[in-house]
Amino acid sequence: MLKIENLNKSFDGVKALNDFSCVVHENEIVGLIGPNGAGKSTLFNVITGFIESDRGKIEFNGNVITKYPSHKIIKLGISRTFQDLRLIKQMPVLDNILLCFNHQQNEQIQNIIFRPKSISKVEQDNKQKALDLLRYAGIEDKANDLAGTLSYGQQKLLSIICCLAADSKLLLLDEPIAGINPEMRDKILTIISELPLKGKSVILIEHDMDFIMRICNRLIFMDTGTKVSEGIPEEVRNDPKVIEAYLE
Amino acid sequence: MEYILHILILIGIYTILSVSLNLLVGYTGILSIAHAAFYGVGAYVAALMALKLQTPFLLNLFLAIIASGIFGALVGIPSLRLRDDYFVIATFAFQIITFSILNNLVDFTGGPLGLPGIPQPNIFGFEITTHIEFLILVLILAGITFWISNRIVKSPFGRLLKAIREDEVFVRASGRNVSSAKIKVFVIGASLASIAGVIYATYITYIDPTSFTIMESIFIISIVIIGGSANLKGSIVGAAVLIALPELLRFIGLPNSIAANIRQILYGALLVIFMLWRPQGFLGEYKFNK
Ligand SMILES: Nc1ncnc2c1ncn2[C@@H]1O[C@H](COP(=O)(O)OP(=O)(O)OP(=O)(O)O)[C@@H](O)[C@H]1O
Ligand SMILES: [Mg+2]
Repeated sequence: MLKIENLNKSFDGVKALNDFSCVVHENEIVGLIGPNGAGKSTLFNVITGFIESDRGKIEFNGNVITKYPSHKIIKLGISRTFQDLRLIKQMPVLDNILLCFNHQQNEQIQNIIFRPKSISKVEQDNKQKALDLLRYAGIEDKANDLAGTLSYGQQKLLSIICCLAADSKLLLLDEPIAGINPEMRDKILTIISELPLKGKSVILIEHDMDFIMRICNRLIFMDTGTKVSEGIPEEVRNDPKVIEAYLE
Repeated sequence: MEYILHILILIGIYTILSVSLNLLVGYTGILSIAHAAFYGVGAYVAALMALKLQTPFLLNLFLAIIASGIFGALVGIPSLRLRDDYFVIATFAFQIITFSILNNLVDFTGGPLGLPGIPQPNIFGFEITTHIEFLILVLILAGITFWISNRIVKSPFGRLLKAIREDEVFVRASGRNVSSAKIKVFVIGASLASIAGVIYATYITYIDPTSFTIMESIFIISIVIIGGSANLKGSIVGAAVLIALPELLRFIGLPNSIAANIRQILYGALLVIFMLWRPQGFLGEYKFNK
């Protein structure tokens, strides 16, 4: 469903992506690993149109999205989280989720002025869906709290729920369990591992090898912007090139 | 009595200006310093139509809103696609250019001498001439402006605007077109501001460019900040306070020339005081000091 060919991106001379290519298939969880500064987050930023690539091609479900603006890419069915956790902290948890639903006719000005009834119906439906998602994640009691008042782990969980609300085919999760307690980690692990059953694929960036080994169908190891090794998790973990890179 | 009505009418006019600007500055977090220019576009479109083509008030009002919206789009579309600081500069440029056109296109706008003898409104045969009639007209139009603005900010679109103010990156990642939302709200704000200009022109029956300077834009921004950003009722309070307060100076018996200077100092001082101790204004939720 996602096909990346020879992607290049440098930041003033530093090559963050160097002829990077890969594919992601339907219903699989791909782990993306590599040392700090390898270009993992940059790859997410380029896929979602937050950073423009210098060269290369990205194809998603038959659309060449390389030059698309972010909002168009995301509407096509790619959602992401950020390594530096982004939420609207000053707004209630529920509103954060409502902001992430994909159909947006209730944000159209003409509907707001002339068709308030239809808007409030859509809004009610979305609220119900948002509450269902919160219940699924086990934090429905936080629905009306400001997002910023949640614990760090709950905020990370919420950012994943936001991705679920968008109902995307492909989720790009940037270090979803970094810095959170084991209990929350298990909860997030369950949520992610259920995604392929719902017809979704995931690219997962994570430094926690144990977590990666438990959840991924396939691993890609990258270093200095290039793919070094790729395959089933055991294979990649035992690849001498990977071991060498980690030892350095 | 007429004097009190006059003050109330002015408060109504400035309520329209501050409520519409609050949509931009308070809710969306984009700073426009061209609000007086759109106020001026409204006033001049209505005045010129009435004077040169004798068209009726409601048509002039409609055309003023459209014209202002078009100017808003022309300023907003190129600049809001870039960074927010380009937008501030673009509105600044539009403010300066508008003033300069009004001031220099003498044959058309009367230049510094302005346009005298603007006909008062005639709505379906009903002449609006007395202060009380004008007050009712202002209240209706300010009411409509408030209603539209309130509906917008309470809607999912309003939630989107506030989210843009807090974290644009999050909003982009949720699949929203941030610049398009900003352009929409900017065009709405510009259109609504022109309504104030139409009332002002037909009420005073005389306009000149000095009413629509950058100082006036800053005055409207002060109303929004002191009344409270991202709070529409705050904008009414702000307009009332900033219009009524200097009038009190007259009662102390200060001569007009000194009162004008003191007024400037007063506005400046109020603004500084609020920025330092109450950045959310009287009623606001958003601290205007990022
Ligand atoms: N916006 C940017 N501007 C300039 N340089 C950047 C930018 N984003 C990333 N870089 C640089 O690109 C390289 C790759 O960074 P990236 O964030 O993609 O690494 P990463 O693999 O996600 O690392 P980590 O595991 O630490 O998150 C680094 O050298 C980084 O300094
Ligand atoms: Mg990273």
